[in-house]
Amino acid sequence: MVRLQDLPVEELFTSGHRLCAGCGAGTIMRMTMKALRGPTIIVNATGCVEVSSTIYPYTSWKVPWVHVAFENAAAVASGIEAAYKAMRRRGAWDKHVDIIAIAGDGGTFDIGIQALSGALERGHDFLYICYDNEAYMNTGIQRSGATPHGAATTTSPAGRKIPGKPEFKKDLISICVAHGIEYAATASPAYWNDYITKVRKGLEVNGPAVIHVFSPCPLGMRFDSSKSIEVARLAVQTRYWPVYEVEKGKYKLNIKVPQPKPLVEFLKIQERFRHLFQPEFQHEIDALQRWVDENWRKIASLCGEAT
Amino acid sequence: MAKVMGLTGNESIAYAVKQCNVDVVAAYPITPQTIMVEVISEYVHNGEINAEFICVESEHSAMSACIGASLAGARVFTATASQGLALMHEMLYIASGLRCPIVMGVANRALSAPINIHGDHSDMMGSRDCGWIQIYVENPQEAYDWIIQAFKIAEDSRVLLPVSVNIDGFILSHSMEGVEVLEDKDVSDFLPPRKPAIAIDPDKPITVGALCLPDYYFEIKFQQIQALKDSYNIIREVNKDYESLSGRKYGFVETYAMDDAEAAVICLGSTAGTAKAVARELRKEGKKVGVIKPWVYRPFPEEDLIRAIGDAKALAVLDRACSFGAPFNALCSDIIAIVYRHGKDVKIFNCLYGLGGRDITPNDLKAIFNDALKIAKTGIVQEYMRVVGVRE
Amino acid sequence: MSELEKKLGWKSLPIGGYLLEPGSAMKYKTGEWRAFRPVIDQKRCINCLICWIYCPDSAIIRLEKYVDVNYDYCKGCGICANECPVKCITMVEERR
Repeated sequence: MVRLQDLPVEELFTSGHRLCAGCGAGTIMRMTMKALRGPTIIVNATGCVEVSSTIYPYTSWKVPWVHVAFENAAAVASGIEAAYKAMRRRGAWDKHVDIIAIAGDGGTFDIGIQALSGALERGHDFLYICYDNEAYMNTGIQRSGATPHGAATTTSPAGRKIPGKPEFKKDLISICVAHGIEYAATASPAYWNDYITKVRKGLEVNGPAVIHVFSPCPLGMRFDSSKSIEVARLAVQTRYWPVYEVEKGKYKLNIKVPQPKPLVEFLKIQERFRHLFQPEFQHEIDALQRWVDENWRKIASLCGEAT
Repeated sequence: MAKVMGLTGNESIAYAVKQCNVDVVAAYPITPQTIMVEVISEYVHNGEINAEFICVESEHSAMSACIGASLAGARVFTATASQGLALMHEMLYIASGLRCPIVMGVANRALSAPINIHGDHSDMMGSRDCGWIQIYVENPQEAYDWIIQAFKIAEDSRVLLPVSVNIDGFILSHSMEGVEVLEDKDVSDFLPPRKPAIAIDPDKPITVGALCLPDYYFEIKFQQIQALKDSYNIIREVNKDYESLSGRKYGFVETYAMDDAEAAVICLGSTAGTAKAVARELRKEGKKVGVIKPWVYRPFPEEDLIRAIGDAKALAVLDRACSFGAPFNALCSDIIAIVYRHGKDVKIFNCLYGLGGRDITPNDLKAIFNDALKIAKTGIVQEYMRVVGVRE
Repeated sequence: MSELEKKLGWKSLPIGGYLLEPGSAMKYKTGEWRAFRPVIDQKRCINCLICWIYCPDSAIIRLEKYVDVNYDYCKGCGICANECPVKCITMVEERR
């Protein structure tokens, strides 16, 4: 637990980036930088954050930062980690360097899953943060493996025949935990203390750690820019986005939601779900609710909580 | 005191990499490169080198990890072939674009489809525009020597470009020859540990890989064009230094009996060895033939090749990779281009050979030399583009 | 000289597209994006710093007893006004 007053004032992710007004990822990057404990290198996959924060000749980063490609943040981080290990062994480097790979849901769930899996299996010492805005937002809101059932995107539009994305969201944390890593967690920027604590925890792990954080997107999820944090809070309060952590295989629910808000409150505020409110698609809302319930039940049970 | 070891192409590259005190090797196995990485793994597991060996999950990740490690300031090596090289294609451009001095051994192998594990140049030729310095060698000795020189060339602050050293799949990768190796200390002195002028370093935070919009992209790319051009001089310097060290003289092009040659064969890799043997036989019959073997393919050694061609009147350019739909294949296109630029009066024809590991025999080469001699005499080329040894 | 021609050429730029000056984005004033600006009633501000931690653009300035807005960068998203626990921030239309 830390107080806001005690967080460092210095901004290592500066103003002047071109993220949309109200972008959840901007908030997440700032919070991440507040959790650093020493020399840190950021590896950033192609995506909203990368593109908006480093338009030549401007960069928002005051830490060493590398972008190589879309699908390989974890592989590049592996290479950097190995390099520092080897250079330290031959006396060319002396201190420990933290490495954080940051990628969106696109660069993690889909095109980046291979590199992530490889890096986790090899046990490199790095933290992987997936900021999940639930679609390929940077290229104009196309669906990803992280897009929830029923959400409208440009490649899963709300059509007359198929109302939004038919498939359900991939379970990233289960995939990561299956690799036997020491720490995996979900987070929401609305709960800044929980997120910052988790970033620090992830850095302190000697080996791979993964944090999956919900990143509200005013443009792609279609809500007013002022509501980003509110949406991030509703996600948690409706049990849509359970906030938990898995430490050495042991599950713990961090944000308890004994009296969840109705899912429709989360859906109503975002126009990407608007089409589901037509009477003929009520069953889709039911399906999404069932998925939320089942997901919650599964995680709560793993966490030893009452379901 | 030099010693001779029996090494295959793969083994000689691995041995050179060991002596170069590489920091990071990130590689994925693929026939016929596999032994290269297996031998390096053995070195690591036996504690014979300090390197970190990352057993990546694909070639794409191999190059990605190499780029990360290189940007962090490490000395980096990887190896691949065929489909692996094709898989890392986008990363090759990024490696050169981000100015990473990575050295890569490629055991050239045919590209699918159909799937074929044997030697031809389609893999590296398919990526020849990636901005890497590209070397082709004739035998395991050259492979060993060029790997050591490659690190020195790549890491030079005036170059900072990745280098690929290409060996013919199976023909060189798996064939053993006596390779004269240097002493460990001689290699370490020639190639001290890498000290990059700029790296991703927490003490001096830089941003690498920014988005360059149309207002800057072209300038950054032009720097790369210049660097590849300028590497010419550094390659020459390194060849000279290496000659002092090893007694073996390297350059951009090797010539055989070209002083008074009327017709010549130009080719890359091990085929040059066969061509030289055939040329020697034909010379005994009084036929004035020669062989030109470029070592360095990129940057294309224009001046050296024009000098090598000399007064020859006919050239048979052998390509071991097909540029589908093109008027000539890669090497031949480049030769024709420089001949045009220099206004030389020489007839050129292209022979596509050896795809999928198809052997090119001394008889094939004899026929090619004789055709070239005929063309040198008559000045008439009947077939500009021919294919060697394909059944009807 | 056109705007494009005024920019640095290949001879002066660092190689590889590397950016050597950390935080140079501060030279780009995103405050120009605003349609609405947050106005903080500093007398009612309780200095909880909630707006500071949530602002995506680091546009909230921490002062001793209250906060202020850095209008050079504030994009006017309104998160601060929406999240303020004492509702002392009002979004006012930007007048040009």
